[in-house]
Amino acid sequence: MNLFYYAAPHTFYPLAGTMARVFYALAVVLGAIGLYIGFFVAPTDAQQGEGYRIIFIHVPTAWMSMFLYVVMAFWAAVGLAFNTRLSAMMAQAIAPTGAWMTFLALWTGALWGKPMWGTWWVWDARLTSELILLFLYLGFMALQAAIDDPRRADRAGAVLAIVGVVNVPIIYFSVQWWNTLHQGASVSLTRSPSMATTMLWGMLVMALAFWMYCLGATLTRVRAIILERERRSDWARDLARGAKAGREAAA
Amino acid sequence: MSAPAPLAAFACVLRRDLLLALRRRSDLATTLFFFVIVVSLFPLGVGPEANLLRTMAPGVVWVAALLASMLALGRLFAGDYADGTLEQLVLAPHPLGLLVGAKVAAHWLVTGLPLVVLAPLLGLAFDLGPRALGVLALTLLLGTPTLGLVGAIGAALTLGLRGAGALLSLLVLPLYIPVLIFGAGAVEAVANGLGPGAHLSVLGALLALAVFFAPWAAAVALRISLE
Repeated sequence: MNLFYYAAPHTFYPLAGTMARVFYALAVVLGAIGLYIGFFVAPTDAQQGEGYRIIFIHVPTAWMSMFLYVVMAFWAAVGLAFNTRLSAMMAQAIAPTGAWMTFLALWTGALWGKPMWGTWWVWDARLTSELILLFLYLGFMALQAAIDDPRRADRAGAVLAIVGVVNVPIIYFSVQWWNTLHQGASVSLTRSPSMATTMLWGMLVMALAFWMYCLGATLTRVRAIILERERRSDWARDLARGAKAGREAAA
Repeated sequence: MSAPAPLAAFACVLRRDLLLALRRRSDLATTLFFFVIVVSLFPLGVGPEANLLRTMAPGVVWVAALLASMLALGRLFAGDYADGTLEQLVLAPHPLGLLVGAKVAAHWLVTGLPLVVLAPLLGLAFDLGPRALGVLALTLLLGTPTLGLVGAIGAALTLGLRGAGALLSLLVLPLYIPVLIFGAGAVEAVANGLGPGAHLSVLGALLALAVFFAPWAAAVALRISLE
């Protein structure tokens, strides 16, 4: 089988549909298991009481937010280097999910911080870098939205994503340096207490669930992008005609 | 006629941009006034208490310098883009990165260097000590070229777009954060009786990285924007 068979948008479109359904189903199953472990199996934390249970959402979203940026930059770089249309579409499809994960991580972090530290927000190194990551995602999306020509949008976005991914470690370490120089946050996030095994399992299962969700959401979005960009091609028109005929038959 | 050597091309673009800038001096004054006004807004906003202002001074001056150099970025390529010079530069037989470097250098000489000269004066108004003032100027001397170089990538990407100014700030400001942290940090370290050496070294390292990579990345971005 030719490995690049699915690199063409019109062959990838149906495959992405099937894969998205599988990933969504896995996300639901894993999410149900993870939440069950999180709410009913994992013990109450000795120091933090029940409030810590938001960790089962917070940590997976934070992981995904950072991971997705690297994946986005990877596809953007592949698209720029080999001029493959689908790679650029993948990068464009990942960005909103990545931004959403970053936002969720910040939001759940604030919800966690209020009962634990008594404040919604501290200028801790991790929180600040996560906020900057959100800005980087928004910048990428804004740049692509501002350019009408999809080819230029892809390539300009790719340059920005690559510059961003080079800068992420620099930003992360400079923020950490800044944080140690300023009066440090009263609560250290890095000194995590040793975790009960069930908690760890719950977190890992939830991380997998979020992974599956991100894959499903990205593939669904890339399908929409493919259709939008290929709307003048025959296969997309046939598809739209078929869908219309189906609706009329049902009505 | 053979093409002139790369260094001659660099000098040619540098001289041309400087000449153009000197013919339109009011443009330069705008950036400078913006810098001064932003800095002087802070005491009005937070109150005239000397201790508070002294602690805030490094951050305030640096944030104002960041905003001023970002504001000036819009002019880096816009004029040449409008009259077609940029296309000639892209077609020139020299590496585009080198020519972009020359443009950024000229841009820094007319917008960055005045900030470096003016900053100690503003620091004086915030009651900074003499040593801190010297370090403030030094950090700006090391930091503002980095801002111009990184900003050139953003300016090249947003060339000719709708609402390019606001978009540029969204793209470029997150990338400016390391320079802000180490620039303001060095002055703060001196004000607290510590040495600024480590901060200055990191600023120098950032500048070296930017000089090496940014003109090249900006050249790639320019080619994309001009297609």
